[in-house]
Amino acid sequence: MYERKKFPSHILVFLAPAVIIYTIFMVYPLLNSLRMSFYTVTPDHREVFAGLDNYVNLFTNDIFAPRFWGALKNNFIFFAIHMVVQNSIALMLAALVANEHRRGANFYRTIYFMPTVLSVVIIGFIWNLILNPLWGVSKSILDVVHLGSLYQPWLGLAATALPTVALISVWQFIGIPLVLFYAALIAIPEELMEAATVDGATGWGVFWRIKFPLILPTVGIVSILTFVGNFNAFDLIYTMKGANAGPDYATDIMGTFFYRTFFGQQLQLGDPSMGATVAAMMFLIILTGVLLYMFVWQRRVQTFEM
Amino acid sequence: MNTTTSLSASTDVNTPTESARTRKARNRIRPSVGGIIAQLILLIYAVIALFPIFLIIINSFKAKKYIFGEPFAVPTPATFDLIGYKTVLERANFGVYFMNSLIVTVAALLLTLLIGSMAAFALSEYDFKGNTLLALYLSIGIMIPIRLGTVGILKLMVSLNLVNTLVGLILVYIAQALPLTIFILSAFMRQVPKELKDAARIDGANEYQIYRMIIPLVRPAVGAIGIFTMIPIWNDLWFPLILAPSSSTATITLGVQQFLGQFVSDWNAVLASLTLAMIPILVIYLIFSSQMIRSITSGALK
Repeated sequence: MYERKKFPSHILVFLAPAVIIYTIFMVYPLLNSLRMSFYTVTPDHREVFAGLDNYVNLFTNDIFAPRFWGALKNNFIFFAIHMVVQNSIALMLAALVANEHRRGANFYRTIYFMPTVLSVVIIGFIWNLILNPLWGVSKSILDVVHLGSLYQPWLGLAATALPTVALISVWQFIGIPLVLFYAALIAIPEELMEAATVDGATGWGVFWRIKFPLILPTVGIVSILTFVGNFNAFDLIYTMKGANAGPDYATDIMGTFFYRTFFGQQLQLGDPSMGATVAAMMFLIILTGVLLYMFVWQRRVQTFEM
Repeated sequence: MNTTTSLSASTDVNTPTESARTRKARNRIRPSVGGIIAQLILLIYAVIALFPIFLIIINSFKAKKYIFGEPFAVPTPATFDLIGYKTVLERANFGVYFMNSLIVTVAALLLTLLIGSMAAFALSEYDFKGNTLLALYLSIGIMIPIRLGTVGILKLMVSLNLVNTLVGLILVYIAQALPLTIFILSAFMRQVPKELKDAARIDGANEYQIYRMIIPLVRPAVGAIGIFTMIPIWNDLWFPLILAPSSSTATITLGVQQFLGQFVSDWNAVLASLTLAMIPILVIYLIFSSQMIRSITSGALK
């Protein structure tokens, strides 16, 4: 009904505030930041076009390159631990909760989501205390199951610090995949399962042959949310290990590397252009993940469903 | 998966759960080994999820000697001590930080809901040219984190004189929260029957009145928005650290982080401040948890 008139003003009124704020404070700074990755700032604060110099610097310069590749590798390990540990435990717990009585289900859902609502700062300090050899509670807990001799100051050792931090992040954020899996599982029509049970399928068989294929779309959503969240992570490692992500950069991921490059550290001054370059690389990585999800995974799952 | 059609309002949750209950009742006729193992796993994970939080809270009420001597014991009159809380209340500006967080979160929430619902209404109600493209543009922010634009945001805030102000934080958080809010709200708004709006139009309501009529009908969506946009704002460390680190604008998350850094060897103070920072969120969570989780499981994000 509006087609032949000029663009109706009430639609503009409804849309303008959101579009303006979103454009000014999200899209414009992001584009500006991408642009800045192609410039350098001179000591007298002029921006000079630098082509791909910043990127070459990031990949090859002795100051940046080892840190960049190190952070990238650590970030993939961080992500792999979330995919394997967080999402499989979340799927198992969601499947068990979905089979429960309604009352029990509410109880477990509420408890499992609890760490997720707390700030990463609180979680980081809680685990810093619990794993602290001074307090010794983690050794006492391991002693209960006669594994006390396994205790090590995991956060302080280069070999175990990254997996330890990743597992703490898993512990905190497991609530999100869990509720998403749970929502998908309870949405499966009961008749499907009944038909399978009549056909003699066991609980295990029903889960893997009927339920799991049906919740594949959720598996995709959980994976891409995990990917984006992990490649954007910062708070937990900053809280537990500081901006230097010690010991010896063992827990350094893209977020902490970005922060150090942008704001500087100890002897090195902060550098907005190099910071923008690191952010641009994070943008590329996340964008690649999102596009793969949208055009490869979603398309496959769709044909699979049909 | 079909992203648009599988979105559904909160009413259809009960059916599957209800039938799960009857199935469970049937299964319970013969209690199986599998069922017992399942219960055991669920309980063990509940302990894993709760125990660290519990440990911090009980120890915050003990004298230092007993924090180390009997870390797993609940406080008794003999071990009870509030020294940590005393230190925190004397040394930290938690009152200011808490107010800052409250102002930032509430202002961002209200403005996001207002602005976001207006945009969601326009996108779901009117078939104008460029609608799909605009919806796509606004949803980029669901997947691309706003943090990646930090260099540009700081530059912008410097030029607008908004560094170390709560207004700067609020504006960034609105921009951060808008994409998902618009996505969720327009999904809910598409559920509102067309007849309802047409009837109002025939009665002479203008478009702004129609918008005001729709708003109360999408209240169930607020739970999902709360959990996915407001908790991250309250808990955010990144933007307070970069945009508003001064002691008069620090939020509670940043304030706690800095306080803990300074008092790291005072165990009583650390445990007390952690407990103080957790309690308000946990209480709010327990009050609203069923509504929050119900609005997620209702399919707002499927």
